[in-house]
Amino acid sequence: MATEVNGGIDSSVARTEVLRRIRAANGRPVEGANVAEQWSGIQREYQRSATRSREEILDLLEDRLHDYDANVVRTDESGIAATVAKLLTERGRRKIVIPPGLNPAWLPEGFDFVVDEGAPSAELDGFEGVMTASTSAIAITGSVILQNVPGQGRRAISLIPDYHLCFVRVEDVVETVPEAIAGLKERSILPTTFFAGPSATADIEMTRIKGVHGPRFLDIILVG
Amino acid sequence: MNPATTVLDPKTSPTFPMAARATLEDTQLRKNVRHATEVIQNKRARVVGEMPDWQQLRESGRQIRQHTMDNLDFYLEEFERNCTRAGGQVHWARDGEEAKRIVTALVKASGSSEVIKIKSMTTEEIHLNLTLEAAGIRAYETDLAELIIQLGNDQPSHIVVPALHKNRQQIREIFQREMNLPELGEKPQDLADAARKFLREKFLRVKTAVSGANYLIAETGGVCIVESEGNGRMCLTLPDTLITIAGIDKVLPRFEDLEVMLQLLPRSATGERMNPYNSIWTGVREGDGPKNFHVVLMDNARTEVLADSEGRQTLNCIRCGACQNACPVYRQTGGHAYGSVYAGPIGAILTPQLQQLHHAQTLPYASSLCGACYEVCPVKINIPEVLIHLRNKVVQQKGPLNPEALAMKTAGAIFRSESRFRAAQRLGRFAETPLIRRDGNGDGWIGWLPGLLGGWTQVRDLKEMPKETFREWWEKRGSRGN
Repeated sequence: MATEVNGGIDSSVARTEVLRRIRAANGRPVEGANVAEQWSGIQREYQRSATRSREEILDLLEDRLHDYDANVVRTDESGIAATVAKLLTERGRRKIVIPPGLNPAWLPEGFDFVVDEGAPSAELDGFEGVMTASTSAIAITGSVILQNVPGQGRRAISLIPDYHLCFVRVEDVVETVPEAIAGLKERSILPTTFFAGPSATADIEMTRIKGVHGPRFLDIILVG
Repeated sequence: MNPATTVLDPKTSPTFPMAARATLEDTQLRKNVRHATEVIQNKRARVVGEMPDWQQLRESGRQIRQHTMDNLDFYLEEFERNCTRAGGQVHWARDGEEAKRIVTALVKASGSSEVIKIKSMTTEEIHLNLTLEAAGIRAYETDLAELIIQLGNDQPSHIVVPALHKNRQQIREIFQREMNLPELGEKPQDLADAARKFLREKFLRVKTAVSGANYLIAETGGVCIVESEGNGRMCLTLPDTLITIAGIDKVLPRFEDLEVMLQLLPRSATGERMNPYNSIWTGVREGDGPKNFHVVLMDNARTEVLADSEGRQTLNCIRCGACQNACPVYRQTGGHAYGSVYAGPIGAILTPQLQQLHHAQTLPYASSLCGACYEVCPVKINIPEVLIHLRNKVVQQKGPLNPEALAMKTAGAIFRSESRFRAAQRLGRFAETPLIRRDGNGDGWIGWLPGLLGGWTQVRDLKEMPKETFREWWEKRGSRGN
């Protein structure tokens, strides 16, 4: 039975017992070196690298994002601020939260950009949108990946506002899931979010409905 | 059976044939289940069909899961070490009761009398909400389907889409009543909007969250949760305290293994190329997410399953629900008939094993062994093989003198001897005579058989035995061949 120790929980007895049961079930002790060797022996004959051309990969990503009802605009570095201004105007959104470290050259005049300083959730709810960069994107699944790094920020800011404008650099777009996971490996302990389109559910008669709790409106600017 | 007044507990549930008889009479439920399973199956088939390497992914998935189970103690300790190093606190529970005590104590220690919850079949398995409620803690389910279940005082009937047995009109009635929204429309969009408004206030206010887990990454100590609506992200990100409860089977060796699982799971579960949202976090991150993070690793008879050399592949399950959608039995009865939160083919093998065959002994028979479940399983669990294995165990459990074992023994004796076999055929033709009814074509049918044999005629008619056997015909035809 778990016992209270200094307001915490001591489950060391349960721990010993669960591990004992596992070892009894498996019938042999496990050696770390053997485990690593066995793991390396797992067969992996699935596709692990790109097979399409760069242009095909970008088209595929755009296609997949459209599939999820995201709006995608392509521009080069010099056109970013103007594209942002156009999209925000179309969406009628002025008060936008941005993470620290987002390139100031991407911010057009005439909008209220506020750099996130860890405001409480209720305050984030008062923003009309959020604008972030991204770590990478997967063409085959239409996923964009965010991590807690400068320019992308903490998870709450890309979650609470109802509109997300996200930058994806073409050089960060990969074709397959394994390429994306390989790219994340070095920074795998950072808080990481994959999103594929705006928030959605299919819980009512299996009909995909856009927008439950996450941002209901999503614009992607594909840069490069 | 009225699901509103019971929980799906295999210890107290009626047998599958009894429960199924009741659900089969609910034509609305059958219609809803048929529609939902058909839609998901078609979506799944489409997105699986576009993957040329699907079979290779399945094989890798199977090998990763098997390797994990073979080295489960090693990976759990590695996960514990790395999660702790990253600021998480890991607790162990031998069974559901212990897990519930730990979670209740942690919620109380967090200073909150409310929790927001992400859909978690593990917490459904142990009926965590009842325990929290008894301890004066209010639990809010935040997944749309779980919210429908909770507000409707209902029980989950599917692993992935637990409210698939409800249609939009039924959901509207529940929301109108429970959210006090008499004017609510019945478009799915209206219903989702109502849920958004209802829950947002709770996301912003409640300081403690309870979640399950899809993967515990041993190599990094990270946890991965996949979801659709963003309610998961809300629960994982906004509260001060996060309590994740996971079966010990949820561990994944390395971060890299996600490249397989994140391809297999979404396509199999919801027919999507990727879930709308995947979250991966490791311990506690200053300035991003909860300040207190707990993981409860729960056995609850999983090690019993591990100890059975044929049954242990059941633990490879990644809870995608594809077998439920594909199962011709589940598609007729829906999930509640299985008397467990784990329904369908995976439930038919998982539930009896988690009960150590003390309960749910009829579930291994809730299958025609057609193999559709095996074919769609993303990690290649041979469910029919395990079903037969469990049937054998159920019969053995009843001892050598139970009617089925005796009947089989008698049949064996008859089949071993030609004269006994012929005598049995003659006896059968004689004995069946009073039971035969003639149809319009003059064919004879038997609609009722006595005793144990009645199991066959309960759901189908048996054709009368032919007037003569092949051997009799062959012997009669003589040397000229006519």
